[in-house]
Amino acid sequence: MLTLTMAACGQQGTSTATTAPSAAPAASAAPTAAPVTRGQGGDLKILYWQPPTILNQHQATGTKDADAARLVLEPLASWNPEGKPVANGLASEIPTVANGGVSADFTTVTWKLRTGVKWSDGTAFSADDVVFTYQYMKDPKSAVTTSDYVDGIKSVVAKDANTVVVTYDKPNPFFYQFGVSGSGAILQKAQFGAFVGEKAKDAPGNLRPIGTGPYVVKDFKPGDTVLYEINPNYRDANKPFFKTVTFKGGGDAATAARAVFQTGDVDYAWNLQVEANILSPMSKASTVGELFTVYGASIERLLFNFANPDPALGDKRAEPDTKHPFLTDLAVRRALAMATDRGTMAKELYGDGLSGKSTCNLITAPPDLVSKNTDSLDVCKYDIAAANAELDKAGWVKGADGIRAKGGVKLHVLYRTTVNALRQKEQDIVKAGWKQIGVDVELASVPAGTFFTNTSPDGANHFFADVEMYTNSGDPDPTALLASGWGTENIAQKSNTWQKGNYARYSNADFDKIIADLKKETDTAKRAALVIAANDHLVKNVVIVNLINRTFATSGRAKTLKGVNPTPWDSEMWNIADWSK
Amino acid sequence: MGRYILRRLLVAIPTLIVISFIIYAVLALSPIDPLSAFGADPRVPPEVRENIRRSLGLDQPWPIRYVKWFTALIQGDLGYSFMSHSPVIGLIVQRLPNTLAVVGVAYVIGVLIALPVGMISAVKRYSLVDQVATTFAFIGFSTPTFFTGLLLIIIFSVNLHWLPFIYNSNLKIEDLGSFLQQVKQSIMPITVLGLFDAAVLTRYVRSEMLEHLPLDYVRTARSKGLRERAVILSHVLRNSLIPVVTLIALGVPAVFAGAIVTEQIFRVPGIGEMLVRAIFDGDIPVVAAVVFLFSVLVVSFNLVADVLYAVLDPRIKYT
Repeated sequence: MLTLTMAACGQQGTSTATTAPSAAPAASAAPTAAPVTRGQGGDLKILYWQPPTILNQHQATGTKDADAARLVLEPLASWNPEGKPVANGLASEIPTVANGGVSADFTTVTWKLRTGVKWSDGTAFSADDVVFTYQYMKDPKSAVTTSDYVDGIKSVVAKDANTVVVTYDKPNPFFYQFGVSGSGAILQKAQFGAFVGEKAKDAPGNLRPIGTGPYVVKDFKPGDTVLYEINPNYRDANKPFFKTVTFKGGGDAATAARAVFQTGDVDYAWNLQVEANILSPMSKASTVGELFTVYGASIERLLFNFANPDPALGDKRAEPDTKHPFLTDLAVRRALAMATDRGTMAKELYGDGLSGKSTCNLITAPPDLVSKNTDSLDVCKYDIAAANAELDKAGWVKGADGIRAKGGVKLHVLYRTTVNALRQKEQDIVKAGWKQIGVDVELASVPAGTFFTNTSPDGANHFFADVEMYTNSGDPDPTALLASGWGTENIAQKSNTWQKGNYARYSNADFDKIIADLKKETDTAKRAALVIAANDHLVKNVVIVNLINRTFATSGRAKTLKGVNPTPWDSEMWNIADWSK
Repeated sequence: MGRYILRRLLVAIPTLIVISFIIYAVLALSPIDPLSAFGADPRVPPEVRENIRRSLGLDQPWPIRYVKWFTALIQGDLGYSFMSHSPVIGLIVQRLPNTLAVVGVAYVIGVLIALPVGMISAVKRYSLVDQVATTFAFIGFSTPTFFTGLLLIIIFSVNLHWLPFIYNSNLKIEDLGSFLQQVKQSIMPITVLGLFDAAVLTRYVRSEMLEHLPLDYVRTARSKGLRERAVILSHVLRNSLIPVVTLIALGVPAVFAGAIVTEQIFRVPGIGEMLVRAIFDGDIPVVAAVVFLFSVLVVSFNLVADVLYAVLDPRIKYT
C-alpha cells in the first residue's frame, strides 16, 4: 500500500492554486456559496489527452480510466485535499475511534451507509453491494489493479442492509484502506455478480457501469469520448449542476493547454505536461483559463544501499548481513546529500513548481504531518565546500585520479534508475555535484518494466547498486510507507524473494521504535509527532536524499468553473457533483 | 480474366497467412508490453501484474497464442482489446467512419485537384500556372503534416477563433446546422491531408503527361486534324493515367489505415489514432488486427490495380 495514484506519470498532492499562497490550500476552490439547481448548467467539456478505455476503477489501466469512471461509480467516502476522509459517497458518516466506528486496536471499521440510495437503474443500493465489491476485488482471477486495497483484510460483512463491518488481519493504522477514494468504488452486485474472477474482463458493465454517482454513461466510445447525462436517481436533488458532460480523450498535452487557455474550447484540461517555457506564458496570458497544481506525497528521491552489492559476494550479494563499504559511513552520506543540487533540478527540470518543487522531506502531505525541522539542516543545503570538508574530516582523501579513497576503498558509486528522459537529466545533475567532491559516479538506467519487478537483478527490489532513484507516494496515513520502506522486519532479501519494501536494508532500533509506537498510537496529534520524528530521522541520518515533490496534478480549468477542489489522494473528478459555473 | 483473378486470389491466401505470422511474431518478440500502462505505479505490485498478464492469456508461449489468434481470425473473430476488453471489430467499425470522413474525403479532394492541375501544368509547361502549381506541390510534400496542422490550428483556431480543433465524433448530421459544424471541424484536417495528397499526385500526373506529349501517336492525332482538347483528353490523358491509376489504387488502403499524425493533432478518433495508441499501450490484439486488415487491403488493391491496367490498356491481356 505505497500509493494511491494510478500514476499516469506518478504524482500526488495538496491543493494550491498557483496564484494563491501555499498556506491556504484549496482557498480558490471552495464550493460555491450560491445554491445550484440540478441540470441548470449546459454541457461540461473535459479534455484528457489520454483517452479513457474502460469505465471501472478496478480494471483501470490509468488515471484517465479511473477519473472517467468516477462520475458514475462512487466509493464509501473520499479524501479531501487535507487528507481527511469526507462522507460525500455512500457512507452516511466517517467512522472514527472517537465515534466508535473504528475499534481502538485499529482492526475493525464499521461503516454506516446512507439509506434510500438508488442505483441509476432504480434498484436499491445495500450493504450487499459493498460486500460483493470486496469479494470481486479480492479474487486474484479478477486481476483488479486495486487489489492492494483489499490486501490484509480478513472479512467484509454486512451487519444489516445499511451497515458494513471491515475487519483487518492485524491492527491497521490506515484503517480507511478499503472503501475510501476511487480505489474503493462500489460496483452493483446485480450487474457484476456474474463477472467475478476470469470473466471480470468481459463484464459489459466495464463499458457501461450502473452507478450511484451524479452521472450515467449515455454513450462511450473506448479510446475516444464518454458522454454522460444526469443520473435521475442521484440522491442530492439539487445536484449536479451540469446537464451533460463530454469527456473527450486523445491528442497531446500542448494543444490541450491551448484549448483551455487560448481558445476556451474546453472547461477542464487534465495533466498538462508541457514544457514550462511554453506552459507558463500561455497560462499567465490567458483570459479564459487558469492553471492549477496539486501537491501530495509523491517524492522523487535517492535511496542508499546499506548492504554490499559487490557481485563478488555471489549469493550473499546485498544480503542484510553484508555491510556497504562506504555508504554505511554517515560522513559519506552527508557529503553526498550536501553535494546534491535539488534546487537546480526543480528549476530546470520541473519548471520551478509547474510539475514539482524541491523538498528535503519524505512526508510532504497531509499538511499536519509535514516536518518543519529539516529546512535548517546542513544536509538539506547544497554546499560543495561543506561536503568536501566533511569528507576531508572523515579521512577520505583524493587520489591522483581525483577520486577519494580510504583504506583501499574508492568512492565509486553505481547509480541506477529507470529509462526516462527526465530521470537521465536528474542523474546528470547529481553526478555533476558528486564529481566535485571526488566521487566517481557510474550511471545506469533500465526500463521501468524491469526496474519495478522483484524478479530482475536490475530491479529496485534487488538493489544491486549503490544508489537508486525513483518516486514513492504515500497514503494520507504514511505508516505503511515508513514501516515497509525502512523497518528492519521489511528488509528485501533473497529469503523473501525481495518482496519486502526495505530495499535499502536499513536497520535501526530507534527508527523501529518510532514505527512500533506509530502502529499503536490512536491520538491524532501524537501520531503526527511520530510521523514527523520518523521523517526527521531519515533525513538527518541521510538514509535517503529526497529531491523533488512532484505534482499530483497540473491541470487547467476555465476561470468560470467553480467548485473544483482537487485532492492528491483521490481522482480529480471526486467532487464533480459540486462543480458549477 | 476471370481465371486470372481467381488465380491471384488463391495466391493471396498463403501470402496473407505468412503476413499474419510475421505480424504476430514481430509483435510478440518486440518489447511492447500491455502492462506498460502501469509503468512505475507501485500500487500495482508484481503479483497483480502477473495476475493481469495471466488474465490476458500472456502467460502462454507466443506460438500457441498465434495459433489461437489465427484460428479465431479465420472465423472472423479479431479478438478483444487488452485495454477496453471490447471486441476489436467493434472499435474498428466505430472509428472507420471518422477516418473515411476525414482521410477518405481528403484523398478524393486530393485526386480531384491533382488531375486537372497536373494536366494543365504539363500542357502549359513553364507557364505561370505551371510555376505556381509546381511551387505549391513542392511546398505541399516537403512540409510535414504535423507542421501544417499546428500552423493551421494556431492561425484559424487560436488567433482567429474561426474553426474548432477538437474533433467531435459524436456530432450527428441531422440538419444544415450540424452539417456546417461537421464541415467546420473537418476543414483543417482535410486541408492538411488533401494538400499533401494533391501535391504528390500532381507531380505524377504532370510528369506522365510530359512523357507522352512528344510521342508519335500524339503527333499523328494532331496531324489528322483532331482538336487539341480531344488530343489531350482522349489520347494523352488516357495513356498517362495508367500508372497514375495504379498509384491511386495503391493509395486507397492507406486511406483506411488512417492518418496517424493528422488524426492525433486534430483529435480525430480514427484508425490511425487507434493504431498508434494501441502500440503505445501494448494492445496487441488491436495492433495485430489493424495491421492485418491493412495487409488484406494492400493485397486486394494490388489486384484491383492490375485489373484496372487491363481495362485502361487494351494491349495488356491477362490469361
